[in-house]
Amino acid sequence: MKQVLKRLIGAIPVLIGVVLLIFLMLRVIPGNPVLTLLGEHYSDAAIERLTLSMGLDKPILVQFFNYVIGLFQGDLGTSYKYSRAVSEMIMDAFPYTLKLACMGVVFAWVVGLTSGIIAAIRQNRLLDRMFMGFALMGVSMPVFMTSLFLQYIFAFQLKWFPLTSTGSFISMILPAIALGWNSAGSIARMTRSSLIEVMQADYIDTAKAKGLFKAAVIMKHALKNSLLPVITMMALQLASMLSGAVITETVFAIPGIGRLATTAIGNRDMPVLQGTILFTTVIVILGNLLADLLYSALDPRIRKGN
Amino acid sequence: MNQENVLEIRGLKSYFFTEKGVVPAVDEVDLIVPKGKIIGLVGESGCGKSMTAKSVMGLLRFPGKIAEGSILYDGKDLAQYKDKELRKYCGKEISMIFQEPMTSLNPVLKVGRQVRETLLIHDRSLNKSQAKEKTIEIFRSVGIPEPEKRYNSYPHELSGGLRQRVMIAMAMICKPKLLIADEPTTALDVTIEAQILRLMKQLRDETGTSILIITHNLGVIAEICDYVYVMYAGKIMEQAETFELFDHTMHPYTKGLVASIPRIGKNPERLYTIPGVVPNLLHLPKGCAFSNRCQYATDRCRSEKATLICAGEDHYIRCFHVEEELAGTGGAPLQADLTQAEPEQAELTQAKPADTQSVSTEVQA
Amino acid sequence: MDEVKAMDFNTENLSSQIGEKDGIKEKLWRMCRQNKLAAVSAIVILLIILLAVFAPVIAPYGESDTSLTERLAGPSSEHILGTDYLGRDVFTRLLYGARVSLVIGVMPSIIALVVGVTLGLLAGYLGGWVDYVIMRVADVMLSIPSLLLAMVVMYIMGTSVVTLFIALSLTSWASVARVVRSQTLSLKETEYVEAARSIGVKRWTIMFRHIMPNCIPSLIVLFTLNIPSAILSESSLSFLGIGVQPPSASWGLMVNEAKQYLFTSPWLCLIPCLVIMVVVLAFNFLGDGLRDVLDPYMKKQ
Repeated sequence: MKQVLKRLIGAIPVLIGVVLLIFLMLRVIPGNPVLTLLGEHYSDAAIERLTLSMGLDKPILVQFFNYVIGLFQGDLGTSYKYSRAVSEMIMDAFPYTLKLACMGVVFAWVVGLTSGIIAAIRQNRLLDRMFMGFALMGVSMPVFMTSLFLQYIFAFQLKWFPLTSTGSFISMILPAIALGWNSAGSIARMTRSSLIEVMQADYIDTAKAKGLFKAAVIMKHALKNSLLPVITMMALQLASMLSGAVITETVFAIPGIGRLATTAIGNRDMPVLQGTILFTTVIVILGNLLADLLYSALDPRIRKGN
Repeated sequence: MNQENVLEIRGLKSYFFTEKGVVPAVDEVDLIVPKGKIIGLVGESGCGKSMTAKSVMGLLRFPGKIAEGSILYDGKDLAQYKDKELRKYCGKEISMIFQEPMTSLNPVLKVGRQVRETLLIHDRSLNKSQAKEKTIEIFRSVGIPEPEKRYNSYPHELSGGLRQRVMIAMAMICKPKLLIADEPTTALDVTIEAQILRLMKQLRDETGTSILIITHNLGVIAEICDYVYVMYAGKIMEQAETFELFDHTMHPYTKGLVASIPRIGKNPERLYTIPGVVPNLLHLPKGCAFSNRCQYATDRCRSEKATLICAGEDHYIRCFHVEEELAGTGGAPLQADLTQAEPEQAELTQAKPADTQSVSTEVQA
Repeated sequence: MDEVKAMDFNTENLSSQIGEKDGIKEKLWRMCRQNKLAAVSAIVILLIILLAVFAPVIAPYGESDTSLTERLAGPSSEHILGTDYLGRDVFTRLLYGARVSLVIGVMPSIIALVVGVTLGLLAGYLGGWVDYVIMRVADVMLSIPSLLLAMVVMYIMGTSVVTLFIALSLTSWASVARVVRSQTLSLKETEYVEAARSIGVKRWTIMFRHIMPNCIPSLIVLFTLNIPSAILSESSLSFLGIGVQPPSASWGLMVNEAKQYLFTSPWLCLIPCLVIMVVVLAFNFLGDGLRDVLDPYMKKQ
């Protein structure tokens, strides 16, 4: 529990930094947000009214304070374009992104771990070289490339999956693979090198000396230890995965968070853009926290607070 | 193989095939572990003693492998076995404990589970709770206090001595015929070392398990070993019964090792050290591996390889200098105690102690 | 004789013994000999740089020459890689795109390196609140999904090449700073730095003259691996239409323009995608090879 609390407290300054950064972004955009909001037809009175109602006449510190207070009440502002609460729009979009990300993560873990382990076992043999070649290729492929070509081959040519996603499980498979592709490559590479390193450890000799077969040595003794760095890396990858979601959601027309962000840019809808960034960043921070806790759950040396 | 012996290593060559060349980590080693005896294998770090043990257990890592020779156990040559066949013996009939109790236990698993695992691998009839009981039992017999509580401890929660006791419990739980202990006490305090050595001796007396102890510490040898092999740069340099070795030290290298033991009372100005370091095995001297550090080395030592010769009862040595000394054909006098060896035996050179008893009778014949 | 170390028989020690006395040049040479993939990658990268530099000479057409009669044509003798939706020669666009994509790959990496090294050294060497603030800012930068952050920067500052530099270096300096900081922390404790401090060498001199040179192997590796991720980010931004703006060419932009024709002319998407992949792959192979020879322990950090 102490550990959990400590981590939570450690995340607070980062969170404050993120909020400050995002708040400042709103202030430095060229052009008056009020004018953006009113569009082409406006009167001076309307400008004044809106400036007052948005609190833009107050000193910047007060504005920041009000912004933070708003955040605590779940108020991320109102969309310029749609006049809807940003928090509402995000909550509408989030389930899609969550589903996409979860499926992507599962794909990345299953494929990445399996090929990493196989490559480590067959170290320096043909299978290893092949798997690692594929993994590096996966890491080197832009997300839009995987997205476009999965779409072209499996949806357009073979017609196994729908071209665009409706949010159903089947329609999410291609986007999820496209999203998880890169991470699968990184996980495979990390798992391999970590497993090979762990296999050098003294306790692996002990396990072999007990009479365990190679497969059992890996599954029972090496894997758990070698997963520790992979978990850390995976947490760091969460941010890039959410970046990737922006692309896959665009290609497959999924109405998720990433799509919200790109359309917000097209509409010059700053509050929505801000809201999505704040939201995704909080998710990344929470994800890192979760990974930290998972790490300490797997490693008894840390669990006991050493 | 002789029925009195648990393990016979014959002409073992374990080489590392690296990019820069072949490293002869173990070079033509003959070694015998008789039933119920404690055998010592001593040498500086990097002389190949650990690699000898790892060869037996099939633990050599790429690019290392057994190039030649045989490892006879129970009439079977383990050197020919595939990993899968060898694993049936490891942990059950032959077990091993390692130098670093800190790193030799898996840090993320409870120690009880790790010990229990050995039992479950080799005895399929046991269920988990029976295995747990047996584990706690052996924890008690190797002197782990509060065994029930320790069963659920993680390695980092135990002291070095306790971890080594856990390692011993793990090695002994299947009552093996042979225990290989690779520097079992090196990482431990002196007081703990004495306890561990006593424990190993006691286990030998109770179960009749033979023990091969690998160490760089002649003190450990003197404490518990019956017979000693001295290894240098992959080769056996001298071998004898423990008392014989200490009383009639012959090889210049062994003499160096003995002289570098600190002793209370005998108060030399400086502790003796053997000059130089173990040579890089990629670039061994052409002749005797020790010749570049040996104060008695002659041109012959530097150019020719010596063979193991008999130099006393069950006492073998690989040294031209001693050989010539014993044969009375010149060479600088070594030391007074060397002359005690019988000259007749010295002439009968070239004998290889593949089987100590039989060879020495052959030599006498 | 005394230099020869006692031999411990494991391969890692063997290879580190072998590698110990080599300088950076020897190590690079050794990499080229032993790691064919890295050597080939280096050649590929060099080739693409040459193609980019000499694009106006090599290209058969002008960068924006359109020919509306030859729209979306497949490969032919006039257009070896076909034409795009405006009838522009794809091969020509690729060559000019290489200029943009490479510059945008390299410049942010240089910025990230300079900023990251400076801040990492400061954080590691000075410690205290300086360290705290710098590292928390780095944490903030690493927590925000980089593409979204870059999108916002492009939105606020407008789409130009300079804003692309800024947008792409915003997140990558943080990982450089982390590595440099951790190395500084351990180097700070070494005898020679203590000695320098004790004879009154100035802080800045210690940081840049004594500590930084020791980080150079890791920095070379980081730099090499930052370039492909910058190229990927640029192409993603351009793919979304908020990076490089037409009529300039960039590989990502070419995919963006071609994606409407994916189902009718898939090769238009495929060609720039493949080029991106090959270049990124080459940089990754090279980076991996460099890491193996220069900095075998970096993976652990």
